[in-house]
Amino acid sequence: MNPDLVVVKTEAEILIQGQGINQTWGERHVLQNIDLAICENEIVTIIGPNGCGKSSLLRILLGLNIPDSGKVTRRKGLRIGYMPQKLRIDDRLPLSVTGFLMLAPGARKVRVKEWLERLSITSLAEQAVQRLSGGEWQRVLLARALLIEPHLLVLDEPVQGVDIQGQRELYQLLPELRNELGCGIVLVSHDLHLVMASTDRVICLNGHICCSGHPDQVSVSDEYNSLFGHNGGHQPVLEAVAEITPELAHYTHHHDHTHCVDGHVEGSSECIEKEHKHD
Amino acid sequence: MISWWLLPLFAGLGVAATAGPLGSLVVCRRMAFFGDTLAHGALLGITLGILLDLNLTLALVFSCSVLALILLQLDKYTGIASDTLLGILSQSSLAIGLVVLSFFDNVRIDLMAYLFGDLLAVNQNDLLWIFAGGSFVIALLIWQWRGLLASTVSEELAAIDGYPVKRLKAMLVLLLALVVAISMKIVGVLLISALLIIPAATARPLAKSPEQMAMLASLIGMISVGAGMAFSFIWDTPTGPSIVVCAAGLFVVSQIVNSIRK
Repeated sequence: MNPDLVVVKTEAEILIQGQGINQTWGERHVLQNIDLAICENEIVTIIGPNGCGKSSLLRILLGLNIPDSGKVTRRKGLRIGYMPQKLRIDDRLPLSVTGFLMLAPGARKVRVKEWLERLSITSLAEQAVQRLSGGEWQRVLLARALLIEPHLLVLDEPVQGVDIQGQRELYQLLPELRNELGCGIVLVSHDLHLVMASTDRVICLNGHICCSGHPDQVSVSDEYNSLFGHNGGHQPVLEAVAEITPELAHYTHHHDHTHCVDGHVEGSSECIEKEHKHD
Repeated sequence: MISWWLLPLFAGLGVAATAGPLGSLVVCRRMAFFGDTLAHGALLGITLGILLDLNLTLALVFSCSVLALILLQLDKYTGIASDTLLGILSQSSLAIGLVVLSFFDNVRIDLMAYLFGDLLAVNQNDLLWIFAGGSFVIALLIWQWRGLLASTVSEELAAIDGYPVKRLKAMLVLLLALVVAISMKIVGVLLISALLIIPAATARPLAKSPEQMAMLASLIGMISVGAGMAFSFIWDTPTGPSIVVCAAGLFVVSQIVNSIRK
């Protein structure tokens, strides 16, 4: 790995750390030797194609799954605010938005009101949670995660089913929240171009960590492009987004190399096995 | 001198009041089948109690709790869909209970009383069990309400938030076992889950919050008990089934009212 992509952090700033994480589902080696650390005041995006192990890694970091090997260390007393990708609440449970938010541990009415206001969803306070639109529900879920006053905010595909305007607002909000709360933020996404502008560090995952570093560096790195570059369908979408939201960064593809099994570019000295392409 | 009907009435009201909040959680967590299985398995507990000459209520509480914990484990470790598993256990434990009972010719028990309840046979001791058990259940539910509700919304989210999700579930299941055991005399093995589920389902469209649902379910259950007893005195029908019929009637009315309102 390119040494200048490695971000060096001191022990005290680390919120959560995974070391040598391996996970196998049946025959599939979903996570291979993952090392990562998330620090205070840092926005990290974990990115990778479908089935790359994003969800598995997240579940392990959140403590929902136990890895086959490796360990996760959390800073003592770490509070995690988690915004799930999907959450459906059974119709049989009568629950208003405020009622739902009050279920967050330590939630108080005053704080609930403040966050509803901040996320401009005060008008939803008394609505039944089952009646919200996708975008409204995402904001409520975000409010819930923030009510926990998290040291670490974890957002799993936070903009699924949200329109462009809503995505933009959310991604503008993240750096603000980080500065206000001083928390670390982990985003999981399959689309780097959407999150680039508000990310400090990108971790590119495909079973193993392909590459990591500042988004500008990662987006031009060979590892990243071999993982995503083959998907020609990405480009038009990207351009459309860039037009509407110029602050979202733009990247270019390189299709001039092959990828070997351990994530290195074929021909480089570190390449162990030849002829391996991601698709 | 206490009127002969006062004791059964208080017993019924006590059970209905307890079943309200618990039933609401059971309905929202899709655990309706679970209560049924516990109740059917309870007949085995009665058999055991009679054979070993134990206090029947204690034997019931004990066997229901053991069964509840076994079910909780099975739910985790078997690959069988849990509704299938519960269905199998529910019907077969009822059948085993009936078969085992029939082996003992010298034991003469009123099977109907256990299957459909015998509210009028309630004595002061039963009433004590109902009120002590009921207050215990409600106190625990109030104490852990936020966590129970949070894990009803999403067990994963609640676990990340640091609620003791597994312990809460075990607690809920044991409370369910306790309520099944103490309400056995009122409505019997076959109808217990009706008392848990019907009032909660009736309360659902009328409620705006889980707390409202729980309280309304208690109220509706208590109205059903009162109306069912009156019904059974006037037309000389079995009390337990009459209570369930009234509860079902209220359910239908609430659905009709709700659909007109919309």
